[in-house]
Amino acid sequence: MTVKQVSVFLENKSGRLLDMTRRLGESGVNVRAMCVADTSEFGVVRLIADDPEKARDVLREHGFIVKETNVIAVEVEDRPGGLSEIIKPLVGQEMNIEYLYCFLEKSGKNAVVIIRVDEAEQGIGALKVAGFRVIPEEELYSM
Amino acid sequence: MYNPEIETMDREEIASLQLERLKATVKRCEEKVPFYRKKLRDAGVSWKDIKALDDVEKLPFTTKSDLRDNYPFGMFAVPTRDIVRIHASSGTTGQPTVVGYTARDIDVWSELMARSIVVGMGEKTDIIQVAYGYGLFTGGLGFHYGVERLGASAIPISGGNTKRQIRVMVDLGTTILCCTPSYALFMAETAAEMGVDFKQLKLKSGIFGAEPWSDQMRDKVERLLNLSAFDIYGLSEVMGPGVSIECEQKKGLHIFEDAFLAEIINPESGKRLAVGEQGELVFTTLNKEGLPLLRYRTRDITSLDDTPCECGRTHVRMRRVRGRTDDMLIIRGVNVFPSQIESVLMEIEGVSPHYQLIVDREAGLDILEVQVEVSEEMFSDRIQGLEEWQDVIRGEIQSYLGIGVKVILVEPRSLARSEGKAVRVVDNREV
Repeated sequence: MTVKQVSVFLENKSGRLLDMTRRLGESGVNVRAMCVADTSEFGVVRLIADDPEKARDVLREHGFIVKETNVIAVEVEDRPGGLSEIIKPLVGQEMNIEYLYCFLEKSGKNAVVIIRVDEAEQGIGALKVAGFRVIPEEELYSM
Repeated sequence: MYNPEIETMDREEIASLQLERLKATVKRCEEKVPFYRKKLRDAGVSWKDIKALDDVEKLPFTTKSDLRDNYPFGMFAVPTRDIVRIHASSGTTGQPTVVGYTARDIDVWSELMARSIVVGMGEKTDIIQVAYGYGLFTGGLGFHYGVERLGASAIPISGGNTKRQIRVMVDLGTTILCCTPSYALFMAETAAEMGVDFKQLKLKSGIFGAEPWSDQMRDKVERLLNLSAFDIYGLSEVMGPGVSIECEQKKGLHIFEDAFLAEIINPESGKRLAVGEQGELVFTTLNKEGLPLLRYRTRDITSLDDTPCECGRTHVRMRRVRGRTDDMLIIRGVNVFPSQIESVLMEIEGVSPHYQLIVDREAGLDILEVQVEVSEEMFSDRIQGLEEWQDVIRGEIQSYLGIGVKVILVEPRSLARSEGKAVRVVDNREV
């Protein structure tokens, strides 16, 4: 039930993010969500694309270092406290959250939270038990 | 062996051949080159004083700047009428220098290159791709003449246009590749992108030179290109490639002693060092007509080994060049050769062999920054994963060199790739 995130290595140098997004745009890849983590020298861009395989291939072809990572996409109500409720069951299982980021669904009612943990399947189980809806791949990519 | 009589000559016979040729060379310099006439007079020595090989120690040194000061033809021992070929050094470290060859010089060089190619597994039936630059650089034409002398087939493709290099290898069934080791690695990457598997190719050996490279880099080249890699050494001032080459034992490079007299000196004091000691390599040419050189300082750091070699060749061996006195970096008082850092990187599984060293000085303190290209194996979506790699690389280099360094991960291909010699060091210090 995990979804595929495309992770890209970028040097902290002007124009690199532009180059990357332009390559994706030119090949018709639509980016649903994106998050950048950086140090003073380099950054890691994590993105959810409508076609992860194509995104990966296009970037690799242009010399980027790319990796696919399995992450969890979970739906949460867009209201105060919504985010902490989904973190609770994961913490309850003593799972370490590497990182997470969110984007809003088009309806504007719900948010989608992308979560990266080491044991994705265990995380999905915990979220389901707590009553959350984990979003399957096809649905996420076509959102 | 191409010339077994010379290549396995008794060491005493080599010495007497060298002495005879040394006398003739000093005489030639004294009589034909005003620069040397003056220099020898100033040193109070004449060819008549050369009675034993060790008398070479009495001769003055020749340096790169002597060639520059006498640019272009001032050190030639023949009029240009007798010169049939002119090459020039790349001039990466200053003004270019020019070298000239008589017809006999080209003949001798071709033979030494033919010997070298045979040492590097070459036979008449081989198809040899010469991917060294043709032109003013001695690499391309040096190899070319050697291949033709041997009677093998030369593909004079020169450097560059890497995709075409790979296609030619596939289509023409190249059996021996000749280029710089860094270009060989670049070819491996390009071939992988093109979906070409070296295991399907007919390459059996590669003769790589023109820049220092480590044993670890050799392992990588041999693994990626699926061939046996030989280190060849030479420099345009002395002749070009073919001054020395590794035999199949790969325990040092045999110097063709019928053509060159090698010494090792302390680069600071100029004092001659004993066999086995490490120092600067110095050559006196023994049978060159156009540009004879007395005790030319190569700036390459190595040591000599005159013990018998299992391959049967009797000529002295030099250890693979580990660096140059002029690319040796002094970081906070510690001598650092780029090749040392290269060996460390090659030892770490998954780390890319492409690196660059940036030296800076901040508040009077030298900072050595090692830029390493991120490989797919190293990359992780977690920042921490990448930082762990930085720590591993930094730790390994620090424990090897004994000085602190800064490690920066960079995108692949962001380090200048050169199809000739790789640019490994950028020194921004203003001293």
